[in-house]
Amino acid sequence: MGERDEEDRPFETTRGRDGGAGGSALTDLTRLHVHEMARLLRTGEVSSRALAEAHLAAAARQNHALNAWLAIDRKSALAQADAADRRIAESRRPGGSGVAALHPLCGVPVGLKDLVSVKGGQATAGSKILKGYVAPFDSTVTARLRQAGAVILGKTNMDEFAMGSSTEHSAYGPTANPWDLTRVPGGSSGGSAAAVAAYHVPVSIGTDTGGSIRQPASLCGIVGLKPTYGRVSRYGIVAFASSLDQIGPLARDARDAAILLHAVSGRDERDATSAPVPVPDELLDLPSSDDEAASYLKGRRLALPREYFVEGMEPGVAGRVREAVAAMEAAGARIEEVSLPHTDYGLASYYIIAPAECSSNLARYDGVVYGFADRSSGDYIADYLCTRGTGFGPEVKRRIMLGTYALSAGYYDAYYVKAQKVRTLIKADFDAVWAAGFDAICAPTSPTVAFPMGARLEDPVAMYLSDACTLPVNMAGLPGMSIPAGLSDGLPVGLQLVGAPWRELGMLRLARAYEAITARATWRDLEPAELHLTDDPTTPSPLERKARRTQGAPATGSGDQS
Amino acid sequence: MIPSMANLSRADVEHVAHLARLGLAEAELARLEGQLNHILDQYTILTTLDTEHIPPTAQTIALANILRDDVVQPSLAVDDVLANAPERSGDHFVVPAILGGDGGA
Repeated sequence: MGERDEEDRPFETTRGRDGGAGGSALTDLTRLHVHEMARLLRTGEVSSRALAEAHLAAAARQNHALNAWLAIDRKSALAQADAADRRIAESRRPGGSGVAALHPLCGVPVGLKDLVSVKGGQATAGSKILKGYVAPFDSTVTARLRQAGAVILGKTNMDEFAMGSSTEHSAYGPTANPWDLTRVPGGSSGGSAAAVAAYHVPVSIGTDTGGSIRQPASLCGIVGLKPTYGRVSRYGIVAFASSLDQIGPLARDARDAAILLHAVSGRDERDATSAPVPVPDELLDLPSSDDEAASYLKGRRLALPREYFVEGMEPGVAGRVREAVAAMEAAGARIEEVSLPHTDYGLASYYIIAPAECSSNLARYDGVVYGFADRSSGDYIADYLCTRGTGFGPEVKRRIMLGTYALSAGYYDAYYVKAQKVRTLIKADFDAVWAAGFDAICAPTSPTVAFPMGARLEDPVAMYLSDACTLPVNMAGLPGMSIPAGLSDGLPVGLQLVGAPWRELGMLRLARAYEAITARATWRDLEPAELHLTDDPTTPSPLERKARRTQGAPATGSGDQS
Repeated sequence: MIPSMANLSRADVEHVAHLARLGLAEAELARLEGQLNHILDQYTILTTLDTEHIPPTAQTIALANILRDDVVQPSLAVDDVLANAPERSGDHFVVPAILGGDGGA
């Protein structure tokens, strides 16, 4: 172990490091991390086109069994890759900018959740109501990725309008978890998480309103980061709950998450909620050496909130999280139990505020300016009813109903204002932790490992509880991330880190330190257990599995799946 | 105050659906009545918290009055904007008629 590993053995993948006798040839480009790709692209040992081809081939071969992608644009991806190769070649010429001036994402394949606008492409948000919509402009995230030279392969599956924790609420069929194809990948950014876990892309973009980056990252065994509210511009991203939504990276390690975060962050004139806070370039320089990375833990003060280890938490999840915290303590961190006393009120207040904002945001889908329209009745009210009744799926309708009710005359103070007051208390709980001098909070990301498809589909409250540990972080606007912390029953467990506002860099250094001290853990070398099955064209698709599951089920059981 | 027992009737559900402009089938209304009441039950925990003197939080970062310079900027071309319109007439969106009558004005 040491910082010279990568430089000395450039053709070895991270995974090959333990198994091989040293210097084994690089056979699969999809196993590379972004920081490895960046190095090989600069030395000319690999081309962006070769990276794009390898990743496109994996996605095309395995998407049938995973349904992680709603659209893959091979032609556009290869054109972007060729442009990146030209850019890299030009930077190398005498008088060129030099490869050091390139962003590490230059030439690297990325995936985008299908609510990110890419000019000329689809942005369904997982909904029938946006089927056929063609984005007339690039989102700011898209524009910044293009500026960095990233290669966009396509759009990933998601719960409709990002409402859900399993990706089963997509109008285009569920996504399977590569660790167990009968289980959910989490949600709502389930396609983005599964695509990264399956090595179709090293990094992807997701959005997180109550846990939609962190929870699928946890369930798929990868890294997911929700930045501070205001860190990333949301211009050109389909809105769900505007006081909570934030965009962020999914990746296979902390360094890659930091690189993608760096590329898309920062103030944008087109989003008034994007904050004029500098984006640290140190995000590009997280230590490659495990020793250096681990040293960050010395003297760090980490808070363990007792309210996050409660009933409903699987013992295996709590166990892995406590082991992870113990490992950080052994490496020099100081762990103290703290109380976030209003945690129990998070779920109820979130499920007032988020639906209220969603009911307002989704009022725009009226079949006039864009999107699905049913104008068959000749009466404008009846047309709205048909357009929205047909265009939205069951979970979105449920949340619009909740939000409309909570905002309606006579209930506004009782529900919405009350929830906003509770939000103040939840935020104050976290503020007290930062005031006490803690560097980060450590908690589980999800109370459970990946659950079977269908298990929570008929019980909205059970589904909502999936995000009990993540949504308070959105309520407080804080940065949070999930990092892999081992397995329980053969399925990934995520450790959640929460930081003070704008402290993503410290949180990522902590995540990198945890990776360093667990670099030799056996679970680090495991690939998703059922990923190999996705190479088999006879493996059923998630939709076929769903059809088999609901066959013969009681009528009340299938009613929600319209 | 949040009612201690959730009490959305079928008529309430239909009323809210109409406010939200959601055309729901009979089966959906029936299912929603049960599910919404179950969700509203979860809200009752909030009644146990005294928030009388707590100010509400609408957003979490201290930004105010973000204004750009009042300078003309390029915007999308009319054709790009109208390309997704369900119904278009020349350079206009066709909107549903909201006033009755024979269209004479």
